[in-house]
Amino acid sequence: MAVSGATSERTVGTSLVVLDGVNKWFGELHVLKDINLTVARGEVVVVIGPSGSGKSTLCRAINRLETVDQGTISLDGLPLPQEGKALANLRAEVGMVFQSFNLFAHKTILENVTLGPVKVRGVKPAEAEARARELLDRVGVGQQAGKYPAQLSGGQQQRVAIARALAMEPKVMLFDEPTSALDPEMIAEVLDVMVDLARRGMTMVVVTHEMGFARTAADRVLFMSDGAIVEENTPEEFFTNPRSERAKDFLGKILRH
Amino acid sequence: MSDWTPSERELERRAVRRRQATRSTVVATGVTVLVFGLLALGVVSSPGWQRVHETFFDGFHARESFDAILDGFWINVKLFMICEPLILVLALAIALARNARAAWLTPVRLLAALYTDVIRGVPTILLIVLFAFGMPALQLEGVPNSALFWCGVALVVSYSAYVAEVFRAGIDSIHPSQVQSAIALGLSRPQALRHVVVPQAVRRVVPPLLNDFVSLQKDTALVSSAGIFDALFAARDYGNFNFNYTPLVVVAAFFVVMTVPLARFCDWLQRRWMERERAGAL
Ligand SMILES: Nc1ncnc2c1ncn2[C@@H]1O[C@H](COP(=O)(O)OP(=O)(O)OP(=O)(O)O)[C@@H](O)[C@H]1O
Ligand SMILES: [Mg+2]
Repeated sequence: MAVSGATSERTVGTSLVVLDGVNKWFGELHVLKDINLTVARGEVVVVIGPSGSGKSTLCRAINRLETVDQGTISLDGLPLPQEGKALANLRAEVGMVFQSFNLFAHKTILENVTLGPVKVRGVKPAEAEARARELLDRVGVGQQAGKYPAQLSGGQQQRVAIARALAMEPKVMLFDEPTSALDPEMIAEVLDVMVDLARRGMTMVVVTHEMGFARTAADRVLFMSDGAIVEENTPEEFFTNPRSERAKDFLGKILRH
Repeated sequence: MSDWTPSERELERRAVRRRQATRSTVVATGVTVLVFGLLALGVVSSPGWQRVHETFFDGFHARESFDAILDGFWINVKLFMICEPLILVLALAIALARNARAAWLTPVRLLAALYTDVIRGVPTILLIVLFAFGMPALQLEGVPNSALFWCGVALVVSYSAYVAEVFRAGIDSIHPSQVQSAIALGLSRPQALRHVVVPQAVRRVVPPLLNDFVSLQKDTALVSSAGIFDALFAARDYGNFNFNYTPLVVVAAFFVVMTVPLARFCDWLQRRWMERERAGAL
């Protein structure tokens, strides 16, 4: 992943995702503690933190797969809708890539990518297919379009998942540990696609422990612990010179391996 | 790729494999013939065989009853052909109703649960008799009053309860992450069910569904107890007049001939789905 100057084509603009005083509880457990976060258009934010610190919940709250108990989340100036068609439309604007690839097992790669545009956006099948092929080529799995997910490697499946999300032409992409279920040799091919995406100016929130990616592509690193954002810094500063004890402790652990 | 020629050693391997295959075919055939031959010999040489042969396997009575049974069998086939799709649709609707999430659908959910529980508790033959004799007596306007029609309704009602449970098990077996990713794409819950969950669930439950359908094919014979002149009724009728049970064996043969192709077809379908969708995952 020898990419440098990822910011070359990118301009960080007005705020796109805004979380304001967000709190969430799972029963007794306070999973999100007073989260205030603004992600600017074109910005790449990496979220890092120990297991159970609420990183996934934060991602899922942004496209409202989880509801929040207090505070507001808005996308492009509008608060997240509560339900129905408006909510579905919002989710179409927010692309999400999960840790386990979650491709639709009974559909071909191509059908996986066209389903959303055709059913949600009402794009004509032929048009959606042409666009899907373009995206599949871009993530390097164009040859596999007619295959089924189970016939692809994990890395290929994850790249298809990225293409599937991109097909909706989202305003922001959320990645929840997209490489942590992959074998080492497949991690790089997925990260390359993500770095390329960042360079093209996509707004991204990425939960990952891949420091290489954070250093190459991220504008900012957020460190979460016990449901709160404990530290926020540039990747370089965060990794070489963490301020909080908890971040030091955590980095010590992941760096030792 | 195309100009690759197998090496000497590879050719040798293939020859050995071929010889082994030939040998196992010969052994399999030999053993099968021997076992079945001995079984047949055992039956035929038993002391009561002569009488059994005359009452159950009589060529003359088989030929004599054949036409009446064939006529009756059309009723079984028609019942099955018409009931089967209706059962599939109704059962899927019930299964989806039981899986409904929205709070205001609670009564629907409870009703569906009650339906499956109660109906599965009632013997199918009882439903058939109740519907066939009870419903026409009501003299309802606008619905057919024939016993055959109500027998069909009874089969649909009975089987849809079982098949609904099969579908529900299939739906429950689809990992929630499949719905999550559909919803994250912007699909509504009904769309996620329609395009992601149900197609996968149906593929998964083909074997138990097939089982229920073989069972339904046979249970169409229950309508004979409501006085419908189906294959079984025709055979019994003939038997009562001629004091010979050969027609019953003929009916059995009819049902076997009808169920085997269905079983083969479902196996084939299942294998095809397995091959492409579970490759590497098995
Ligand atoms: N649906 C749920 N119900 C109850 N508790 C939950 C639920 N989902 C998550 N939690 C809890 O909330 C906390 C935060 O979970 P979350 O998945 O956001 O953590 P995470 O930072 O993504 O961890 P990981 O690195 O292991 O993925 C955890 O303690 C988890 O057990
Ligand atoms: Mg997580």
